[in-house]
Amino acid sequence: MRQQLLYLWLAESALDTEVVAWAVYDGAKGGGPALPSSEAAGAFPYATGLEVIESGWRLLQAPQAGSPVGTTEPLLGELQFQFIFERWVAIGS
Amino acid sequence: MGDRHRLLSTAAMADFVADGFLRFDALVPEPLNWAALEEMKELAPGKLRRALHGLSGRPGTLPSGSDSIESPESLTPLEDCYPAPSALGEVLRLPAVAGIIESLVGSNPVFDHDFIHHIPAGAPRGQHLHVDAVLEPAAQAFDIQLFYFPTAVAKGGGGTRFVPGSHFRRARAEGIARYQHVLGEQHYSGPPGTLLVFHQGLWHAGQPNPSGEDRWMYKLRLNPRVPQQRLWNTADFPGLHNDPRDHSFARPGSHSVAQRLRRMAPWQKGHEGRYEQMQRAALWRYLSGDPAFDVDFYQTRQRVRAGALSPGER
Repeated sequence: MRQQLLYLWLAESALDTEVVAWAVYDGAKGGGPALPSSEAAGAFPYATGLEVIESGWRLLQAPQAGSPVGTTEPLLGELQFQFIFERWVAIGS
Repeated sequence: MGDRHRLLSTAAMADFVADGFLRFDALVPEPLNWAALEEMKELAPGKLRRALHGLSGRPGTLPSGSDSIESPESLTPLEDCYPAPSALGEVLRLPAVAGIIESLVGSNPVFDHDFIHHIPAGAPRGQHLHVDAVLEPAAQAFDIQLFYFPTAVAKGGGGTRFVPGSHFRRARAEGIARYQHVLGEQHYSGPPGTLLVFHQGLWHAGQPNPSGEDRWMYKLRLNPRVPQQRLWNTADFPGLHNDPRDHSFARPGSHSVAQRLRRMAPWQKGHEGRYEQMQRAALWRYLSGDPAFDVDFYQTRQRVRAGALSPGER
């Protein structure tokens, strides 16, 4: 068995909001079921985080509540709402 | 002051604030592109040799090269870089290119550094998404980076990947490496002589080049030495620049700077976009010299409210 990881960054903190960025890592090195395209640019096959768990991925990490912004001008940083999913696959499946 | 007709418009400057980049297709004419490419090929080994020497941290004399063209030192005024005869100097002094530079960072900024980015045909690996240099203290003054492509770059031919609108997202250089795909990102392709001009903070990455053509790009970073305030052609400024009443939830303008700054990139969804708007408005306050400028009232209501504070709280 090997682990496949799917990182999603969603528009908001809720799992049923839109995907704005994504990344995949394949511990099966292509020997498992096909992953969402990791190379070609284009539309992501899942519109929301909810669709990902409906497709059989398990949620591994969800974003914690962020710190409240201070009294000065709020600064923007990396993408806020990172969700990590995994699935375990048999090699050669 | 240069010829105002070659300077950017207020509308283009507002688009730069919103998107973090401007693109000018086939800006440099073809014969000059060929000469610039030859000069870039000549300069590339020396620039690489110097960078590797510096980054190695090893004491010792820099190995001498046989460069016939001298690479500028950092802090050199741009007007003294690549004196004639130099094709790259000629590119930088083209009225259209000089006008873009002057509009954004003044007529004689200083040379920070440049580099020749060569991705050979068939190169399998690309860079991770990154921001150049380091996380700097928050300030409105900004550098620009020119990306000049002397030859045509086909789709999938190693054109730079970049994320429009990402320039206000403060991040360590490789902190953003994990974003393999971002909605609305672009992979540059275009005709010879195209120039991209980036805000220093724009997220970008070199790409693999599975094509059969080498990809060449000249990249130049420039630092402003003057306040970047209304350096462009302001003929359209009075008609576009708005006052703080331009507010989506009250009476928004239709052809205002604010309306241009409301246009979000595909990855900037929902209410998070309000923070992008605040950053854009702050940069436009700096560029326009109007401290009261606002988009959708986020700063203005704080200023109004400040009048409610007791003297000890102000």
